[in-house]
Amino acid sequence: MALDPALAGLTRLTLADVTVGDAVPELSYDVTATTVVLGALAARDWRPMHHDHDFAVNRNGTRDIFLNTPNQAAWFERFITDWTGATGRLGRMTFRMRGSIFPGDTMVFAGTVTAVDTDDTGCGWIALDIAVTVDGDTKTTCTARVAVPTTDDDNPWTRTGDRWQP
Amino acid sequence: MTEAADDLPADIAELIGVAQYDTVGDFPVERGYTWTSAASVENANPLFWDDAVADALTDGPIAVPTLLSAWFRPHHWSPDRGEGLALQVHFDLKARLGLPEAVMSDNTIVFHEPVRPGDLLRTRQILTSVSGPKTTKLGSGRFWTIDVEYLNQRDELVGVESYTGFGYQRPTDEEAP
Repeated sequence: MALDPALAGLTRLTLADVTVGDAVPELSYDVTATTVVLGALAARDWRPMHHDHDFAVNRNGTRDIFLNTPNQAAWFERFITDWTGATGRLGRMTFRMRGSIFPGDTMVFAGTVTAVDTDDTGCGWIALDIAVTVDGDTKTTCTARVAVPTTDDDNPWTRTGDRWQP
Repeated sequence: MTEAADDLPADIAELIGVAQYDTVGDFPVERGYTWTSAASVENANPLFWDDAVADALTDGPIAVPTLLSAWFRPHHWSPDRGEGLALQVHFDLKARLGLPEAVMSDNTIVFHEPVRPGDLLRTRQILTSVSGPKTTKLGSGRFWTIDVEYLNQRDELVGVESYTGFGYQRPTDEEAP
């Protein structure tokens, strides 16, 4: 099957491109108060510790407002699909917050491939260990499973029902 | 798997494994939230920005997968019910156990059928475990895990989120080191 012209020139990581131990290209980002507030509101998270400095400091006992959980998920998604391209389809992600990320922090995402396999339905999967650090301190860890094409004409997004086993 | 600490109040133990708050979203999935979410993390994935790519890969636009939980978060305020709270089971536990503060520690998201603009999602919350009393640097309290299932208007599972939270009381001045 010929590649859809709309996809020509786009990043398209395939299973054959990946080996256990490969590093995902790092992503570094300077967090501002806008990053925190925009991220929280984009996820419809109205809780005050993500937009109200006084509440965060004096009620929650934190240094400042801090990135919320759903927005960190969005950052992980971006980090992963920057690497896989649009044909990468997330199956699952588990993340654990070890510390908060505040305005003024520079957060750095780094990841390593821990497994490359094909399931019983022929879907190609990559497992990743990812960490977000600030000044070398790990703030959040994430394990993720993402499906990528196994052939030039494969598209994980077409999988549904029993053919999608995230 | 479900798990309850032995000292847990019976009314809370009885809720473990029970689906609660089976709720239809307040509004259909909006494409604008996809763009705002992608903008918030500077996600240039053309699947969300280029209709031709979305047509080729996903047979039309889809929502950012990690926005899953956003679709059932209530409006900050609405005329019929005032302020609403997402993940109500979490807030119920805080109130019932007398733990005024809480943080989320672990979060697992499993993605199934893509969510599409116009979908009207349904959600239900299932308390799966509550620990015995624990003390951390934040204070004394309990850990709990809540599964949130999401289905679309065709009853197709679109995702499951599992949240682990720690509800706690901050140390009093006398208890502080």
